[in-house]
Amino acid sequence: METYKVTVNGQQKEVSADPGTPLLWVLREELKMTGTKYGCGIAACGACTVHVDGVATRSCVVPVSLVGNRSVETIEAMANDPVGRIVQNAWVDQDVVQCGYCQSGQIMSAVALLKSIRKPTDKDIEESMGGNLCRCGTYVRIRAAIKAAAGELE
Amino acid sequence: MPSTKIGLLTIVLIAVSSLEGTGPRQLEAASSEPRPPRSEGLDAWQQVYAVLTHPRCINCHTAGNYPQQGDDRHRHLLNVVRGPAGKGVPALQCGTCHQAANADTTGVPGGHGWHLAPLSMKWQDTNDRILSSSAVCSAVTDRSKNGDRDGAALLKHNEEEPLVLWAFNPGRRVDGSLRTSPPITHDQFVAATRRWVEAGMPCPQQ
Repeated sequence: METYKVTVNGQQKEVSADPGTPLLWVLREELKMTGTKYGCGIAACGACTVHVDGVATRSCVVPVSLVGNRSVETIEAMANDPVGRIVQNAWVDQDVVQCGYCQSGQIMSAVALLKSIRKPTDKDIEESMGGNLCRCGTYVRIRAAIKAAAGELE
Repeated sequence: MPSTKIGLLTIVLIAVSSLEGTGPRQLEAASSEPRPPRSEGLDAWQQVYAVLTHPRCINCHTAGNYPQQGDDRHRHLLNVVRGPAGKGVPALQCGTCHQAANADTTGVPGGHGWHLAPLSMKWQDTNDRILSSSAVCSAVTDRSKNGDRDGAALLKHNEEEPLVLWAFNPGRRVDGSLRTSPPITHDQFVAATRRWVEAGMPCPQQ
């Protein structure tokens, strides 16, 4: 076990973990931040998406030892993030969620997309969100919500 | 199976401006040795070519909109796309999974600046067939395609570029097994590159 200082949502946290422990499990098990979800464990579904220095990152495959001094943001911080707040509101307005399990990751990816491209095309949305799976098939509403959020950001 | 096993490796082999007959001036100026014969240069190039076309290298020197994975060079899973700068798209970047070092506990390869080689450095066709030794050599020695590097820059690149080094230390798959590496060591690769450059970077005939 090693001790790591990880900055999560602006707060530095000290955790003890094996170097190979995925960031996801540090968030969920050590820090009890369960908003970030475990889906597949192999970066195939996107449910575990967080931001690491602003980059949408699959926390299930990133060992805590490779996070370093970079800043981690999770779904718990999105209500206080200017773009995150708008995206969450759009999600509610569009009634995107069905079961909801994948939606933390969907929102984190959508926020990363909109912070990079303020008015994404359908192609931009499909390519950026293509790694986030939804077993309920809410893709049409996700796209509508992203477009609605983009409209709010103009 | 996991997407993350194989990543967006880039070995951008960078070469000199001209084809056969024009050697790297810096290297020539620094050496009092006679230029190696063409046949020796061609032999050295074949060693270089064997590395460039190994999956750890060529999987990110594709001709299309996606990288490849695995020793079978299948299309990268998870809808990964090239993006405008070869680093993916905003919410699905190479860095979404690939970190600055191999993540052996999760099976995701990593190296500093993980990205696809530019399309000008594609070493396969749009049907994912590997280009001939002659064609790859022509691309590598074309300054309009190789980032305007000369022979000395090529040698430096092959000696020091992090993603070149990664190919010779590609980490473990998610099942714990080691990924395959190119057929020669990095030292041998650098020596072959040096010999080829010193020989004037000859390319095989079509």
